[in-house]
Amino acid sequence: MSDPSGLIPYADAVAAFDPVLGLEVHVELGTETKMFCGCPTTFGAPPNTQTCPTCLGLPGALPVVNAVAVESVVRIGLALHCEIATWCRFARKNYFYPDMPKNYQVSQYDEPIATNGWLEVEVPTPDGPAVVRVEIERVHMEEDTGKTTHQGGVTGRIHGADYSLVDYNRAGIPLMEIVTKPIEGSGALAPEVARAYVAELRALMVALGVSDAHMHQGSLRCDVNVSLRSSPSAPLGTRSETKNVNSLRSVERAVRHEIRRQAALLTAGGRVVQETRHWHEDTELTTPGRSKEQAEDYRYFPEPDLVPIAPAREWVEELRARLPELPAARRRRLQAEWGASDLEMQSVANAGAFDVIEATVADGADPAAARKWWLGELARIANERDVEVGELPIFPADVARLAALTADGTLTDTLARQVVEGVLAGEGSPDEVVAARGLRVVSDESALLAAIDEALAANPDVAEKIRSGKVQAAGVVVGAVMKATRGQADAARVRDLLMQRLG
Amino acid sequence: MPSITRAEVAHLARLARLDLPPEHLDRLAGELDVILASVARVSEVAAADVPPTSHPLPLTNVFRPDVVRPSLTVEQALSAAPAVEDQRFRVPRILDEV
Amino acid sequence: MTDLTRLTAAGTAQAVAAGEASATEVARAHLDRIGEVDAAVHAFLHVDTAGALAAAAAVDADRAAGRPLGPLAGVPLALKDVLTMQGVPTTCGSRILEGWLPAYDATVTRRLREAGVVILGKTNMDEFAMGSSTEHSAYGPTHNPWDLARIPGGSGGGSAAAVAAYEAPLAIGTDTGGSIRQPAAVTGTVGVKPTYGGVSRYGLVALASSLDQAGPCARTVLDAALLHAVIAGHDPHDSTSIDAPVPPVVEAARAADVRGMRIGVVRELTGEGYQAGVQQRFDEAVGVLEELGAQVHEVSCPHFPYALAAYYLILPSECSSNLARFDGMRYGLRVGDDSERSVEEVMSLTRAAGFGDEVIRRVILGTYALSAGYYDAYYGSAQKVRTLITRDFQSAFEQVDVLVSPTAPTTAFRLGEKLDDPLAMYLNDIATIPANLAGTPGLSVPVGLAPEDGLPVGLQVMAPVMADDRLYRVGAALEAALLTRWGRPLLEEAPAL
Repeated sequence: MSDPSGLIPYADAVAAFDPVLGLEVHVELGTETKMFCGCPTTFGAPPNTQTCPTCLGLPGALPVVNAVAVESVVRIGLALHCEIATWCRFARKNYFYPDMPKNYQVSQYDEPIATNGWLEVEVPTPDGPAVVRVEIERVHMEEDTGKTTHQGGVTGRIHGADYSLVDYNRAGIPLMEIVTKPIEGSGALAPEVARAYVAELRALMVALGVSDAHMHQGSLRCDVNVSLRSSPSAPLGTRSETKNVNSLRSVERAVRHEIRRQAALLTAGGRVVQETRHWHEDTELTTPGRSKEQAEDYRYFPEPDLVPIAPAREWVEELRARLPELPAARRRRLQAEWGASDLEMQSVANAGAFDVIEATVADGADPAAARKWWLGELARIANERDVEVGELPIFPADVARLAALTADGTLTDTLARQVVEGVLAGEGSPDEVVAARGLRVVSDESALLAAIDEALAANPDVAEKIRSGKVQAAGVVVGAVMKATRGQADAARVRDLLMQRLG
Repeated sequence: MPSITRAEVAHLARLARLDLPPEHLDRLAGELDVILASVARVSEVAAADVPPTSHPLPLTNVFRPDVVRPSLTVEQALSAAPAVEDQRFRVPRILDEV
Repeated sequence: MTDLTRLTAAGTAQAVAAGEASATEVARAHLDRIGEVDAAVHAFLHVDTAGALAAAAAVDADRAAGRPLGPLAGVPLALKDVLTMQGVPTTCGSRILEGWLPAYDATVTRRLREAGVVILGKTNMDEFAMGSSTEHSAYGPTHNPWDLARIPGGSGGGSAAAVAAYEAPLAIGTDTGGSIRQPAAVTGTVGVKPTYGGVSRYGLVALASSLDQAGPCARTVLDAALLHAVIAGHDPHDSTSIDAPVPPVVEAARAADVRGMRIGVVRELTGEGYQAGVQQRFDEAVGVLEELGAQVHEVSCPHFPYALAAYYLILPSECSSNLARFDGMRYGLRVGDDSERSVEEVMSLTRAAGFGDEVIRRVILGTYALSAGYYDAYYGSAQKVRTLITRDFQSAFEQVDVLVSPTAPTTAFRLGEKLDDPLAMYLNDIATIPANLAGTPGLSVPVGLAPEDGLPVGLQVMAPVMADDRLYRVGAALEAALLTRWGRPLLEEAPAL
């Protein structure tokens, strides 16, 4: 029975087929200058203010390789346990497109700088985190293209546009492409594996300091390849490639969607077409783009304007020795330092909160308190706003301060949540928000006792009830005191004082 | 002995973004045939054990430091553009994503 | 008053430095000469009168202020239109770049300006340097000053003709398969292709990136050496430029002594296929070298006969990629943009309209040679032949210090004579191509007039990589000996224009 949406239920899809994934991740390196010229790489500059003869592809211009870009890609290759080539070249990938000034992209073809690596990722499962080793086929260097905006159409996309405008500021920014070998054996967890891999890769880039790897800003881009086969021993099926996958969430959803779509096709006796598809986050669908049946002939040949790169072995080993603590090792260390359980660590991973929690602890907070804040209230708010926790406008230092203010009784949890609200709204630091909004806990005992007495006077029979054992009646007084203090009293303390008052 | 058809030349012309009329395609097919026959003799001596040369000189590892150098001004960058809008290069309708 | 246009570059520089003539006078004299003869010769595509006079005035100001002058300060020069010159039209002989004003100077251009050289303008060339006759220029051919009905060689016919016609004592050409040397040979002038990587390619609009080199064109070997020394040297903008001192070309040209040098005549580059008069003058010149004390041997470079085939696979392949940027989007010609057509259509119409037949031929050939399925048989195999040719050179240079051959198989043929037969045209490069494939330097020096037609013949000298000085040593020695024999420079035999 086919669903008009062209999908079958996920459980059915993975019961009938074995999914195989291939992930291609492009990372924009955070170098000061472009891959082949000295133009700056600052994001968001006015259009065409960061170009030169080389990155504009002017006649006669020539490329010269950015030393730091090469160092970065070697470090990434090492962190991914790859073999670093002793000798490799750049190649030209020839095709025409207005965002490519030379109508060829300088890339690497059959001689990538790094090959045959792996990355272990932790995938959340119902039974706790499972470790999956993703094999890496290759890492290579290339240059980014310019940015086109399409004018005149309704959606701002290509179809229906009248013309386009091109900004070449981005053209020539160093790009690194990481390609996995076919990821087999994930079964029903394929979407989670894909997501975990991209998340781990991102953490790796940040740990190495080679890229800020923001999916939203496009400094980390993911193309997802999915194919299905009838069983793990069957030959690989035809794959589709899905682009425009701009967040971790999208990675997971796009994989899930493609599995369902392809399964529906195959179940109905159809054929999966090898094509490039486009992911739409709003509708949670992929739509077909260019058909890859007629594969473009890129006519690769070695780039004659650049000479080969032959990384010296001693230099490579020196880079290896100076690699920082990588995310997996760091997680193990943090787990030990925090005394957290596997499940707790998995929650932290799911929320993408390692950095912020570690930083909060470094700012003096207790690990449990730090986790509580980031995984609790802040994760909830981040979810509501559809961003990652690390993207909220509140800093680890703020959270550490909040934890401290709560611990010393200045704030209750309720009050602290209001302070969070204020910080997120841009009202200032936690202390500034407390002062501005007057959110301190009323701790002055005489003021509380006064309020308690007032409440007792207003509710004469409560004292009797409490003394006779109906302790719940205390709630009326506590409630009244909370109201009188506009919620800025510690309810538990009020209760204690009341009990003392009544003897 | 290669024998290039008009269809093959048409395919090449498409790949190379050249809008050529059929007569030109036919003429090219003939010319290419002759040239290719002549140059095919490279395979006579290109034995498997001979390494190809992509660069005449044995240079390697030529790099530049990651230091910003002055860019062109916007006016310079756009100076020869056939069409400009909003400080960007205006180009005709793109039909396909890449 | 000396005709300033008849001075050598060395002589001009001396005159300017000594105050015997101002740079402005020199520039005016050459601009006048251009005005007199270029309607017939058509060496120039653009004469930059204002720029030249400004540059000359700057040299005069420097001299007046007692500031030091470079060795070629005040000397006029013609620049092949394939090198960018900021704010000055650069067309590469093509319609697709008609009116294009580059936003930057080529490194060669910058070095010339910094040396106080007075750039008179841009010279004509086969479109995008593809050709051996300058007949493939979109702006009409250049005419050989020796016989206006004949070709001046190509692709750099404009530069060679400008020098031969006394429109400038110096010119810059570029050489991918012989485009400096062959025009020099057929115009009776000197032309040099430096070691690949010896002169920066930044700003040299690329034809075949692994073959192109810019180099000097002049009337004497010493003049060429002086120019070579100004333009050569490492450039951080060009990853393929050599980071080593420029070979001592000027000293070698002045020394001009070949005693004890071993000279190899390349067996595969003589005899059949070479015009009788060309072979004769070549043989005589080799005899002169022997008389001067060189030892002459015959050397075999067995893979040289495959050089042409390899070249006509490598060049089109690289150029099909290098020329892809000319699509009407960022600069140059745009055709067919009616706000309805797609970008693909506009690109295709623009390129078909903007490129001439020879360019289209080579772009299609190159696209084919790189295509999936054909790469190994064509481009891949050609790159192997390149290795074999390089090995031939290396082994030859173990036996001799330089190699010699006729520069071109014939003297200047008539305009239109070979236009319908691309393969016949390609054969003009048969002796010059091997040096481009191996990256070795080559020089052409005039060695006489062919008896059957009275047209100039050139002898080519080739040397190992980075041994450019040997070219000048041999060239200068031969030039001096022949000058003594003839009594006056060969160029003075050319009919007045």
